[in-house]
Amino acid sequence: MTESTNNSPSVTDSSNLRAWLTTETPRSRFQAKMTQLYSGWQSLRSNPLALVGFLILVILILVAVFAPFLATHGPSEQNLAMRLAPPGSDGYLLGSDEFGRDIWSRIIFGSRITLMIVVLVACTAPVFGLLVGTVAGYLGGWPDMVLMRITDIFLAFPRLVLALAFVAALGAGIENAILAISLTAWPPYARIARAETLTIRNADYISAIQLQGAGSLRIITGHIWPMCMSSIIVRVTLDMAGIILTAAGLGFLGLGAQPPMPEWGAMISAGRKFLLDHWWVATMPGLAIFIVSLGFNLLGDGLRDILDPKGEQS
Amino acid sequence: MHSSEVAQQLKADATLEISNLDVFFGQGMERLQAVKDVSFSVAKGGSFGLVGESGSGKSTVLRTISGLVGDWKGTININGKSMDYRRDRAFYKTIQMVFQDPYASLHPRHTIDRTLSEPLILHGVGDRDDRVDQALLDVGLGTAFRFRYPHQLSGGQRQRVAIARALMLEPEIMLLDEPTSALDVSVQAEILNLLADLRQNKNLTYLLVTHNLAVVAHMCEDIAVMNRGEIVEVMSVETMRKAEPQHPYTRELLLASEGYVPE
Repeated sequence: MTESTNNSPSVTDSSNLRAWLTTETPRSRFQAKMTQLYSGWQSLRSNPLALVGFLILVILILVAVFAPFLATHGPSEQNLAMRLAPPGSDGYLLGSDEFGRDIWSRIIFGSRITLMIVVLVACTAPVFGLLVGTVAGYLGGWPDMVLMRITDIFLAFPRLVLALAFVAALGAGIENAILAISLTAWPPYARIARAETLTIRNADYISAIQLQGAGSLRIITGHIWPMCMSSIIVRVTLDMAGIILTAAGLGFLGLGAQPPMPEWGAMISAGRKFLLDHWWVATMPGLAIFIVSLGFNLLGDGLRDILDPKGEQS
Repeated sequence: MHSSEVAQQLKADATLEISNLDVFFGQGMERLQAVKDVSFSVAKGGSFGLVGESGSGKSTVLRTISGLVGDWKGTININGKSMDYRRDRAFYKTIQMVFQDPYASLHPRHTIDRTLSEPLILHGVGDRDDRVDQALLDVGLGTAFRFRYPHQLSGGQRQRVAIARALMLEPEIMLLDEPTSALDVSVQAEILNLLADLRQNKNLTYLLVTHNLAVVAHMCEDIAVMNRGEIVEVMSVETMRKAEPQHPYTRELLLASEGYVPE
């Protein structure tokens, strides 16, 4: 960690670092940011369920990064002699599927696809929704009318059906599935962002920055976005479970990831045919989806407590 | 008459001149006139108090001058320049405002440093680090406060930051919207003294809105009393001190404020 030059340069042991992180009087912008982050981490640590959710996500990321080292087989490596081997049989920790592919290795590599879906959706839908909602809320008048009616139209479609229509129009594939999910996921964020904006647009600190001659763009991105962030982040983490399930659902319907991609939803879909005799083929990827969705839900619940501005006062 | 002579004299070198100001809220059938035919002027370096009870329209006058309220008629002259509905960049360097509630006027997610630097960034002013440090010293806060967040500050400290922010662009006119009413009594005096000192050191012109007659008596030379959106009386502080105002509403107001004083 870089130390502030104004601070004592001999910060070596952890108690000094802690003092540096918890000081009431930060000496630099960097230190002010770090103390904020540290107090956030402290409140996350004091919330065990949120910490569990956080750890699940850290593990998901680690698994995705180190997939080649954790997997015992290639994700598409077939061995028809060992097809539908039960969990625990020789070399197949979680069993094998109908082509003799190792389910453990496929789940490990599938985590990369899940992570990609999560990251891409989280980087597009909430950002777009935030932009639409804050612009509508801040400007009011006709921009508000137009933007929110468009939002209403998108909200009126059932999510999976709209995603299906997009994928059908654009062709099946994981990229199109992600695009379809993003296109259907943004309206709730726009609604939240607009509601938040309406409550703060008449606040004195917004009047103050207007009085300094700031333009609308600067006020929206620099002053309104930070106030909307916490509720959007909470909503994103809570929605992530739903987004993973939607991606899995599209995969299950054959409209998302295409074989032989080890996408978890597609794996369940393939295992469906053997569900009665060979339960593990569909259950193992189902468990993976369950654990990751649970992780996001726990983290989202915890973040709601941590980021709630009203909670900050106490 | 004496007071009209004073008014004439003030008009001659007025920095801020308001005449026949009407302000409206709402639209169509629900359009409501909040301020009716308000006229007054503040001389350069002077301090003018706008007094009245809650809802009398005194804060609305301030917000209209600052350009935060759009629906108005009449003339607002600042340094001899008539104001339009849209304000230009020079306007923001001439006039700044301190808000009533220091708990609501500082962005809760921005450090003090960012709050004070932003006006400088917006107007392309250089050596920001020095100016921010100097501004914090000017309002009696140390530079140790620079990278704190508003929630780490007390109400009085926050109001000092709000004053520092208003001074960052070195304005000539300060609009003060009940700057002490949200503060502890012990802190109120500190802030008022700070404002009085700053006015002297930086040669500022004040337009102060308050419902507290003791505050105007301490801070201002001239007073306008507002009731239901209209100015009922303009007088000097001397007149008020001698308790000889002309208008019955003003006498009522004075009497009400004396109810506080323990005999």
